[in-house]
Amino acid sequence: MGTTENGIVGGRLDQADYVRNFADLHPPLDDHEALVASDRCYFCYDAPCMTACPTSIDIPLFIRQISTGNPIGSANTIFDQNILGGMCARVCPTETLCEQACVRNTAEQRPVEIGRLQRYATDIAMRDNHQFYQRAEPTGKSIAVVGAGPAGLACAHRLAVKGHDVVLYDAREKAGGLNEYGIATYKSTDNFAQKEVDYVLSIGGIDCRNGQMLGRDFSISDLLEKHDAVFLGLGLSGVNALRAEGETLAGVDDAVDFIAALRQSETKADVAVGRRVVVIGGGMTAIDAAVQAKLLGAEEVTICYRRGKEHMNASEFEQDLAAAKGVSIRHWLQPKRILARDGKVAGIELDYTTLADGRLVTTGESGAIVADQILKAIGQTFEADGLGTVALEGGRIAVDAEGRTSMNGVWAGGDCIVGGEDLTVSAVANGRDAAESIHRALMAATQPVTAVA
Amino acid sequence: MADLRNNFVGIKSPNPFWLASAPPTDKAYNVERAFKAGWGGVVWKTLGEEGPPVVNVNGPRYGAIWGADRRLLGLNNIELITDRDLYTNLREMKQVKMNWPDRALIASIMVPCEEESWKAILPLVEETGADGIELNFGCPHGMSERGMGAAVGQVPEYIEMVVRWCKQYTRMPVITKLTPNITDIRKPARAAKAGGTDAVSLINTINSIVSVDLDNFAPNPTVGGKGTHGGYCGPAVKPIALNMVAEIARDPETYGLPISGIGGITTWRDAAEFLALGAGNVQVCTAAMTYGFKIVQEMITGLSNWMDTKGHRSLDDICGRAVPNVTDWQYLNLNYIAKAHIDQDACIKCGRCHIACEDTSHQAITQFVDGVRHFEVMEDECVGCNLCVNVCPVENCITMVGLEPGTLDERTGKIVDPNYANWTTHPNNPMARQAAE
Repeated sequence: MGTTENGIVGGRLDQADYVRNFADLHPPLDDHEALVASDRCYFCYDAPCMTACPTSIDIPLFIRQISTGNPIGSANTIFDQNILGGMCARVCPTETLCEQACVRNTAEQRPVEIGRLQRYATDIAMRDNHQFYQRAEPTGKSIAVVGAGPAGLACAHRLAVKGHDVVLYDAREKAGGLNEYGIATYKSTDNFAQKEVDYVLSIGGIDCRNGQMLGRDFSISDLLEKHDAVFLGLGLSGVNALRAEGETLAGVDDAVDFIAALRQSETKADVAVGRRVVVIGGGMTAIDAAVQAKLLGAEEVTICYRRGKEHMNASEFEQDLAAAKGVSIRHWLQPKRILARDGKVAGIELDYTTLADGRLVTTGESGAIVADQILKAIGQTFEADGLGTVALEGGRIAVDAEGRTSMNGVWAGGDCIVGGEDLTVSAVANGRDAAESIHRALMAATQPVTAVA
Repeated sequence: MADLRNNFVGIKSPNPFWLASAPPTDKAYNVERAFKAGWGGVVWKTLGEEGPPVVNVNGPRYGAIWGADRRLLGLNNIELITDRDLYTNLREMKQVKMNWPDRALIASIMVPCEEESWKAILPLVEETGADGIELNFGCPHGMSERGMGAAVGQVPEYIEMVVRWCKQYTRMPVITKLTPNITDIRKPARAAKAGGTDAVSLINTINSIVSVDLDNFAPNPTVGGKGTHGGYCGPAVKPIALNMVAEIARDPETYGLPISGIGGITTWRDAAEFLALGAGNVQVCTAAMTYGFKIVQEMITGLSNWMDTKGHRSLDDICGRAVPNVTDWQYLNLNYIAKAHIDQDACIKCGRCHIACEDTSHQAITQFVDGVRHFEVMEDECVGCNLCVNVCPVENCITMVGLEPGTLDERTGKIVDPNYANWTTHPNNPMARQAAE
């Protein structure tokens, strides 16, 4: 425990504590650990883990390849389905995906460590810069991919493999999207997101242009003039409002900004955090913000969620992680008013809530928590300009099963589409599948007309 | 509590677990530790003739294969007989036997196939107070190139001759150790019996190349760039040993010949199986070399508890009990029909039974039922082969259930015949047809 100074300040801890606190959450498996872990895989037929993976990685095969001393072959199996398999190995909520489906759960309540094994294999291939793919003959087609997050990167890579030229536009300074700006620091250490971007782009044929924002620097119609197709992997740039009095006070911050600042910080000491922090929300972002606030030296961190534990989007594992790090999670509390002193946050008043006939209502009781920082993690929204006639549905881009939007020549995927799952791995699947769809569409259009004899 | 005391050809030991002649029994230090740990007896590592001892390679002597989690399944060695001076060994054997009078101490011997050599060494061994001798006709490497070990064990006439010499020149019980590197194990056993042996012990190690070093393209263990075949042992050889023990136990010519069972015994259960197939006691090596001498405690208590559970009071109650049930294929009951049954509560839905059956056998296990992942045996396709039982990772999840006589076999559409009928009388058997005509 470092300084208990009131207010929002940096440098609460010694540098050694920052290093320790923000080290890998799950350290990589060494060779022996990987062999032991891989030996537990039963090589199931039509494996449930594979079905549970949004990118359908052949998990039994890649694990068997590890167990037989073939990590490069294993990485190839992974990357065939998911070129961002390295990041997914780190950030996937495996406890609700592949590892939940593992038959070892039925047998002994302990799944094969699929995520860590995936990291083992991909780390080896990426460390050696082992490239598995060569570009096909140039097709002469050019595709604009907007957004260099997981969906955009996966799409760009698959298109490049097919022989298309890709221009990858991204509004931010660095490519990677949420992988770079949105993942908790202890899940992506050692600048992994940028290393992965470099690895993906090394296929060639992808012209990455940063600081280019749709609606500000170009529109969809601009892109369609210059390119044969467009893929939109825009993510969610808006943040839901708290709709509570005092929301604009100093000390009320967006959790996503807080998380991004941590990721961009070299030392972490320069990231200011309150002595007492309240995080509003019940998803992964709330957990990531709360845990990291604690790791930055906040004395008390409380997550307040307006529904029950069973309604939280954060997985059981994430909730346990937060509890283990000393974060309190409180349920059935809804922000009413931010309390101020001297123009700064001094606390938060909350209404107790309950479900009445399936509707969330306040009980009439309220309480207050002392805080000098409030982090909002109550969901993100799709915001974009310059979309032209691309149809939205429920505030996000409507697509068909292949990722086609309502506008001819425009595809979309990731969090920005209807049903976007807020999962890196799902975004990768969207981007990859859209690339296949784009490829089919462009190639069908170039088929020479053959005369019927 | 079950009585585990063992009397093998007059050699008494507090339990039937002996350490086989091998590195663990090479000197007093090891044997003392083994006896302290509870081993009932040891067969001292093979003695050679007087004079400069053999030398071993100074590089690796062992190779292995492993199962999951690097569990050692098979071990291969190129070590020779003791490389210590004969008199050092004899002196130590005498002292150890004095220290542990209730334990069995057997001397393993391998000297050239000449009467004088055997005549010379036997009195020396006898003087130690050893309880018996074991003739090493088994080692498949090194010594066999010099006309000893397996080179003798592969020629029944030599076996008979050497056994005869030994019976002539010593009062000690003679145990003849057999090599498995032979087509029909009954031949050397019969020869040993003809020579007057008191017992046989088997199996010695199996000729093997355990693996190949793919960086250097040489067999493992690789000694300076070259390798040689070694003797294979450990859990992987148990089935081969069990069969050979049973072959001798049920051969009319050797029926009743005492057998000391050897080959991959790792647990009490392995030992019980050897005893059931006709062994009078067992010898262990690889398990001790893998886990240390303490494992004998698991073997003793496991065997004892199993015997108590089943009401077996002494080793005599179990020795040879399975021998009458070992028969030739042609006498198996072709009217016995079994089907696999999957316990759905135990099933973890890995699908291995399905794919094994689907890809490689009889397409008799479902993958989906009503669109749900569900593995169930289709009795109209199941031939009762037992493959699914063997590939299932969950113990007792899949079992074979015999059909009651009088019920319908859905695969053949025939009623299960209550009568025993085997191949010898089957209409498809040309020999049976001839006999009928």
